[in-house]
Amino acid sequence: MYDFNYHKPSSVAEAAQLLSQLEDAKLLAGGHTFVPTLKQRLAQPSDLIDLNGIAELRGIREEGGGLVIGAMTRHGEIAFSDVVKRANPALAALAEHVGDPQVRNRGTIGGSISNNDPAADYPGAILSLKATVVTNSREIPGDDFFTAMFETALEEDEIVTAIKFPKPGRAAYMKFPNPASRYAMVGSMVHEQNGEVRVAITGAAPCPFRWTEAEQALGSNFSPDALESLTVDATDLNSDIHGSAAYRAHLIKVMTKRAVAKILG
Amino acid sequence: MNDQGIGARTLRVEDKRFITGRGRYTDDINQPGQAYAVFVRSPHAHARINGVDVQAALDWPGVLAVLTGEDAAADGLGNLPCGWMVRSKDGSDMKMGPHPVLAQGKARYVGDPVAMVIASTHEGAEAAAEMLQIDWEELPAIADVGEAHGGPVVHDDIPNNLIYDWEIGDRAQVDAAFGKAAQIAKVEIVNNRLITNAMEPRAAIGAYEPGTGSSTLYLTSQNPHVHRLVMSAFVNVAPEHKLHVIAPDVGGGFGSKIFIYNEECAVVWASRRLNGVPVKWTSDRSEAFITDAHGRDHISKAELALDNDGNFLALRVNTKANLGAYMSTFSSCVPTYLYATLLAGQYKTPSIYCDVQAYYTNTVPVDANRGAGRPEACYLIETLVDQAARDIGMDPAELRRRNFIPKDAFPYRTPVALIYDTGDYEKTLDEALGLVDYANFAQRRASSEAQGKLRGIGVCCYIEACGIAPSAVVGSLGAGVGLWESAKVRFSHTGKLQVMTGTHTHGQGHETTFAQLVSTKLGVPMDDIEVIHGDTEKTPVGMGTYGSRSLAVGGEAIAKSCDKLIEKGKKIAAHLLEASEGDIEFKNGSFGVRGTDRAKSIGEIVFAAYVPHNYPADLEPGMEEMAFFDPPNFTFPAGTYVCEVEIDQNTGITTVERLVAVDDFGNVVNPMIVEGQVHGGLVHGIGQALYEHAVYDDTGQLVTGSYMDYCMPRADNVPYFEVHTVAGTPCTSNSLGVKGCGEAGAIGAPAAVINAISNAIGTHVDMPATPEKVWRVLQSRQMPLAAE
Repeated sequence: MYDFNYHKPSSVAEAAQLLSQLEDAKLLAGGHTFVPTLKQRLAQPSDLIDLNGIAELRGIREEGGGLVIGAMTRHGEIAFSDVVKRANPALAALAEHVGDPQVRNRGTIGGSISNNDPAADYPGAILSLKATVVTNSREIPGDDFFTAMFETALEEDEIVTAIKFPKPGRAAYMKFPNPASRYAMVGSMVHEQNGEVRVAITGAAPCPFRWTEAEQALGSNFSPDALESLTVDATDLNSDIHGSAAYRAHLIKVMTKRAVAKILG
Repeated sequence: MNDQGIGARTLRVEDKRFITGRGRYTDDINQPGQAYAVFVRSPHAHARINGVDVQAALDWPGVLAVLTGEDAAADGLGNLPCGWMVRSKDGSDMKMGPHPVLAQGKARYVGDPVAMVIASTHEGAEAAAEMLQIDWEELPAIADVGEAHGGPVVHDDIPNNLIYDWEIGDRAQVDAAFGKAAQIAKVEIVNNRLITNAMEPRAAIGAYEPGTGSSTLYLTSQNPHVHRLVMSAFVNVAPEHKLHVIAPDVGGGFGSKIFIYNEECAVVWASRRLNGVPVKWTSDRSEAFITDAHGRDHISKAELALDNDGNFLALRVNTKANLGAYMSTFSSCVPTYLYATLLAGQYKTPSIYCDVQAYYTNTVPVDANRGAGRPEACYLIETLVDQAARDIGMDPAELRRRNFIPKDAFPYRTPVALIYDTGDYEKTLDEALGLVDYANFAQRRASSEAQGKLRGIGVCCYIEACGIAPSAVVGSLGAGVGLWESAKVRFSHTGKLQVMTGTHTHGQGHETTFAQLVSTKLGVPMDDIEVIHGDTEKTPVGMGTYGSRSLAVGGEAIAKSCDKLIEKGKKIAAHLLEASEGDIEFKNGSFGVRGTDRAKSIGEIVFAAYVPHNYPADLEPGMEEMAFFDPPNFTFPAGTYVCEVEIDQNTGITTVERLVAVDDFGNVVNPMIVEGQVHGGLVHGIGQALYEHAVYDDTGQLVTGSYMDYCMPRADNVPYFEVHTVAGTPCTSNSLGVKGCGEAGAIGAPAAVINAISNAIGTHVDMPATPEKVWRVLQSRQMPLAAE
């Protein structure tokens, strides 16, 4: 990797100040995307701001029936948290299948969503569970957060500090993993609450999205059968050596049906 | 009795250091004052090098040298050769394009080394490497072997990229048999390109010693003596007697560390140029993807002629083989003598013809990968037999049985040059079908269907040729070397043993297996035996480890060395016991006078040999013997693998539910190690069948250049294997009766898995049978989706 200056601030304020002052600084969270990029000399930041020393960015707490999860909370901490398993079991189950044990013990929810890898799992939860992304300067509704592949609504010097998940209804996430990378080739997270249904699709397209036709169909009949007559338009879906757009379109339906079936037990 | 010797499930003595992190691999070794090499590689699949400006790189702090192809040529470095001459149908020699250590004039694949940057730190070398200015002129590239003929020319003077157009068998006889066939089964198949991915990437340290003029090379090699030979005789990096090659612990090879690569030649050369500064290079994983020789990559058309009763009449095969941008060390023999000679399989097919066109493409050189030719042959025959079974509506196991070479027909000469010494194919088939409960498969299929899944069963009856090879035979077929093996067994005063072998262990467990063999032969405890390998100055000259040859060839050389020690011991015992030599018998570590209780232990005999105060007058002191062994024939392991898969109709995902392997490896030294070898082979074979595929795009860029896209099988992709080694037919080509087991799994598993999938969905799907491929077949057949 190229040389860079290393900073390890102990507060969000300090980190934010560094980020705004330094010319080409990058934030380091779990490092599971960023460190390989550095090792391969594909990035050359002037400065690296390590967020791992900031206590206020970590932890899980209940607030108003929902959860507030610090941005630097590891996937494994979310997966195996008794609080999350009780208050938002579908989120815990999703986290349990992010990457592999090494990834889950280092990777963070804030780092993952800030990167907006189109094949990541968390975007499904952010969109379907109506999460809010909290930063050092504002709160961003989950629906507005993911803007394009590897792009988010975050401003240049903005730092994600936490994610708020309101008290959920019934939810489940089903993933078709890419056989090689085990990232989501298609992931579908279905959430039903008081008759309102949200279906968030990750992995299949350049950016996570909500499958609104499925939401409507499930809103009137919450069963896998309700999706039978729907077809997914493959036009804007990803196509690569692992799966064509048509195959991904098909999998979106299959995974969504399976998520609904899982909710219904 | 010896409860740790031949036949015992003795735990592997090498595992203690491996699983406690105390293995010593090339990258663990550091030399005082060593420098670090980084290779600048072509980013283009095919491009002319119009100039290399090294000045900025040379000026970078800590840089000791920047070397290019011009420097290599100026220093008289030779090309990397392919060591097996294959001749075309018209008698002409294969067309071997020059393979320089550093590219000269043009680069021919993404990864082709163009320059070598050496600096006092690795980071410095990496940074300086980016300073190199190369004036590229991109050329059209070819990656797909199916389009190589008539495609962009990889080597300027080799038309159509055709390396050779080779044939074996009697074409007229085969054509005549097809003319009389009642039924002809046909397949067109691709044998998917693999990237070997040994756990330890390649590494090399070259160290020239100006005081003696000798060079030492630490290296990830399966055959250090072959490296020494080729690097001295052809590449001219050092005279052979001045080149010391050490292959310490090596973390897996699977064929990819047989070959003589650019980088290891370059570090020896560079250290000499730098007057003795040791030069170290360690590949990273990304580099391994684009520099380690790839495997397989065949396109084949095959036809099987049958009579009305399902008897095979003739087999006709055409194969196009991709050898990549340069001919790697043994690349030419893989799709010819290691492939087409196995096309008889386990069957008595009277006539076989195969022709093979090998092509250059703008891809990484292709060479042996676990099985090397035999997996390609087995996959072709065994999917073709299944196609025939489908065509004529016969049970595929029965069709095989009908065509087996009967057990009383051995030795059996096939129409494609080999003589199988022993075998009992019905035995392994029957045992496998019994273990899998073939008769009641319909019930298991019904229970899968009740859960919305398709279920299929697939049989593969494989044969392979191991123990390469009789030197005269391979010599007559074009091999540039003899393929014997060597060993030296040395007692010390205290009765301890050192066993030096010319083979190399890089995961196979030779340190245990060979010690077991010696323990039984000489009646010495395992703890008193040390197996030494991988160092050209410690071991006798050997040809190395590949082709499942180490026990059948190298082990036999050890056995012969032990026999010599026993013969010498008898002379000493006869003297000490005042008996005639003919009356001395050796058993369980003791030399006794037949018919009496008078005996001397082997320890006493050894001591007498080293302290010869009372000793036969005409006998040399000492107890150290060596032997070479040149086998009279290959060995022919064979067996039946049966696979059951379940397929999720809605996603196309195939799950291997069962894999029953029944192998005839002849005699077995350590059943636990053999089972472990089969397990690994099966994982390799399942990987090829379902997951692994090296994909190039149209411009010759490797799309699957990391584990993000190249899918290695993982533990959750494989079932609990049911591996059984039958009390088989001992090999007649060595005194141990052993055949070889390291590749069988990778040879037999792919067809078993694919045949199971074909059985489930009614049609052949090529490897890798990815979920989308299977799903598309199901879509095209408009099978109703299962209820979710």
